[in-house]
Amino acid sequence: MGTEFKESIHKAVNNANLTGALGKFSEAYKVNRAKAYEGIDFEELRERIAELKSYAASHLDELSEKFTQNAEAFGAKVFRTNDPAKVREYILKVAQDNSVKTVIKSKSMATEEIHLNPYLESAGIEVEETDLGEWIIQLAGQTPSHMVMPAIHMTKEEVSDLFSKEVNERLTSDIPRLVKVAREQLRPAFLAADMGISGGNIAVAETGSIVLMTNEGNARLVTSLPKIHIALVGIEKLIEKYADVATILKALPRSATAQLLTSYVSIITGQTPNCDGSMKDLHIILMDNRRSEMAADPKFKQALQCIRCASCLNVCPVFRLVGGHVFGKVYTGGIGTILTAWFDELKKSEDIQGLCIQCGACKDVCPGKIDIPELIMELRRRLVQEQGVPLLQKAIYSVVNNRKLFHGMLRAASIAGKPFTSGKFIRHLPLFLADLTDGRSLPAIAAEPFRDRFKKIIQPELKEKAAFYAGCLIDFAYPEMGASLIKIMNKAGIEVIFPDDQTCCGAPARYNGAYETAAGNAVDNIKALLREDVTYVISTCPTCTVALKHEFISTFESLGQSDWLPQARILSDKTVDFSTLVKKLVDGGRLSLKEGQKLGTITYHDSCHLKRTLKVSEQPRELLQKAGYELTEMFECDTCCGMGGSYSLKLPEISVPILQRKLSNIKDTGALIVAMDCPGCVMQIRGGMDQDGADIKVRHTIELLAEQLDM
Amino acid sequence: MYQQFKARAEGVGAEVSRFATNAEALGFILQFLQNEALADTPQSTALWADCPFLAQVDRQTLQQHRGLTFEVTRELAADAKFGISQMEWALADTGSLVQNSTAVEQRLVSSLSTIHIALVPTTGILPDMPALLARVHPKDCAYLAMITGPSRTADIERVLTIGVHGPERLVIIFVDELRGGN
Repeated sequence: MGTEFKESIHKAVNNANLTGALGKFSEAYKVNRAKAYEGIDFEELRERIAELKSYAASHLDELSEKFTQNAEAFGAKVFRTNDPAKVREYILKVAQDNSVKTVIKSKSMATEEIHLNPYLESAGIEVEETDLGEWIIQLAGQTPSHMVMPAIHMTKEEVSDLFSKEVNERLTSDIPRLVKVAREQLRPAFLAADMGISGGNIAVAETGSIVLMTNEGNARLVTSLPKIHIALVGIEKLIEKYADVATILKALPRSATAQLLTSYVSIITGQTPNCDGSMKDLHIILMDNRRSEMAADPKFKQALQCIRCASCLNVCPVFRLVGGHVFGKVYTGGIGTILTAWFDELKKSEDIQGLCIQCGACKDVCPGKIDIPELIMELRRRLVQEQGVPLLQKAIYSVVNNRKLFHGMLRAASIAGKPFTSGKFIRHLPLFLADLTDGRSLPAIAAEPFRDRFKKIIQPELKEKAAFYAGCLIDFAYPEMGASLIKIMNKAGIEVIFPDDQTCCGAPARYNGAYETAAGNAVDNIKALLREDVTYVISTCPTCTVALKHEFISTFESLGQSDWLPQARILSDKTVDFSTLVKKLVDGGRLSLKEGQKLGTITYHDSCHLKRTLKVSEQPRELLQKAGYELTEMFECDTCCGMGGSYSLKLPEISVPILQRKLSNIKDTGALIVAMDCPGCVMQIRGGMDQDGADIKVRHTIELLAEQLDM
Repeated sequence: MYQQFKARAEGVGAEVSRFATNAEALGFILQFLQNEALADTPQSTALWADCPFLAQVDRQTLQQHRGLTFEVTRELAADAKFGISQMEWALADTGSLVQNSTAVEQRLVSSLSTIHIALVPTTGILPDMPALLARVHPKDCAYLAMITGPSRTADIERVLTIGVHGPERLVIIFVDELRGGN
């Protein structure tokens, strides 16, 4: 990661205004969004949107032609081009042919994408943004920090300073008054403008219509007052059918701002009369700018299903800390990272793709059903393909892949770490490693790794067998969790085997784009885990479970390797996460927990991969309650803890504030124990709790259940 | 559906009332204008865009109200406090009003004024957007306008603020006997 980029992150996370405004907004957003979607089957709705947008993405040429025909039949002039430069030239030519001096704009990300304003201004044309947020950042000489709320990073005091200069009068920071000032200042600009420029939220091929949505009412004025209207529309806004407008309108305002409908929606089809009785000079520009290329890419085609609601920004635990400017000048957040890589260039996404912690929160709310985390992973993979794996990372993988060497090094580190170790934690590390223990203690390396400890555990001979996939954290930091698993499984009549040559699940390599390394890990693990005939392959780490269950397959598929696919599928079928299996064993009467226990209050933290990829959230809760704990839910129980594997090492300045928010949500419940199903989350949260000093036990569900087995 | 519409529209800050007859609605409007200080001075005038309602009431009685005019130009609209128009449909599930706004005068009175008074035939209430789109096709309507509550923004510190570029108030008047337009 570049130093300049790191500095921009540092600046953002230390900007209290920014993180305060975004934090508050993101909390309210979740509640309001849920309310706006009440009574609507969101899954069904987004399935329809994904379908109709995907159809459009596969038929861009056809729909563009149809749109052009239909819009031109009603008097519009339609211009399609792939080239942003040609868009700018076209608009300037229309302006110059009509002696345009002033332009008013309603909000358009497409014009931001091609940097239209500076281009027109340098040709001597005055351009006035009229969306309040856009106007504010135009006055401030900044770029949007959010696709829907461009000035969300600014305080009312900053806005009042800007407006005061504009009107030559000292204004207070009274928001209604500031809004009035904007109305009064922009009204003459609206009435005087020679040309209006808008974007387009939807373009309908069947009818040649464009749909414009605003809350302020500025698009109505932009399209009604000047005699010329130019609408710049990215071709991904095309849909085939007019009736489908209703489908998009059902989701877009709800997802964007938690409204049932934006205050103003206009569906414009061809020319309309001007105030003087003449007909509007209407130009619609269908801009490609690599969207067709994207549509032809089997992985990235789905990104064209985006309806630009920005909900992926609103639910992102990273975005709410860093805001939009860290992402660049135009598109921001999760989808913005992907759009920047395409509309600008792949290289531009090199730093920003690293901001994604892969928690999957965006994927859950995307009304276009885009797998944003997966596409960001694909960007990583392609970046690595283009540029290779950095040398240091390569060295790390080769160590991780060699279990003996890895363990040897960890042991050495554990001994070397002794002076810094206090009980079960490493609290401080020297020099450049200090960041790693800033706000979070690291677990001490276990004196005896699970693989050694396993050999000393005596199990009864049982007919049914399951293989245990430990993963590095349980193997080297939390072997007691592995011991708990054996205790529970034996009780249910299952003998646990531990294939010694299991290796890293490949997640670290995969999440850094090193798919070849990840594929190597997959092959080694398939061989090891399928060697003996077992009923289950159990993992107590959701990230490892996801690797075994889904990612081995998708890694092979991404690389076009099919040799190991059948085995990968067999392994996938056998793989099960701990809580799901235990729930099944309890329900099936093979395992029972002590009855009538009163163990006090507990709160549960949902781990990202468990909740959102494996869709497991109720099983551990039910088991813990059955064991006698009284469950009290924390706020944002399924928001990432900030661990994200190596993320917490690469971006501690983001990981730590995410953790702190989690800690305070846990503490607010008053529970004495917080449970979770992931040793990575345990490492992050237990380490945070240690430095925080709060007397709350951080436990893996497996340890808590092992204590409550009915003997 | 009226009750649902009313709840939704009021939820986004619109003011909703309903009358059985055109005469009652007219009485309400004139009283409203008087209460809100209609006058023949800048920023106090009212502009009434041509609509079926006007053809169904006695227009003579309206001539005496100083400041109320029926001629709509952009200059007059920019200067008006009140804009009055008839909207053809209302969508119950979002509290939205809908109009074929191809005639620019209809847009001027509802976008430049400070208070937009919208007359709606009660028979024009539709359940939702799909019902609307099934009824109105773009080939018959170059500018389909939907209005849901007054103009709003949350662009400064996410604080909801009413009346940016469009009206600060949206006064919706349903009339049961009103016909026309839809």
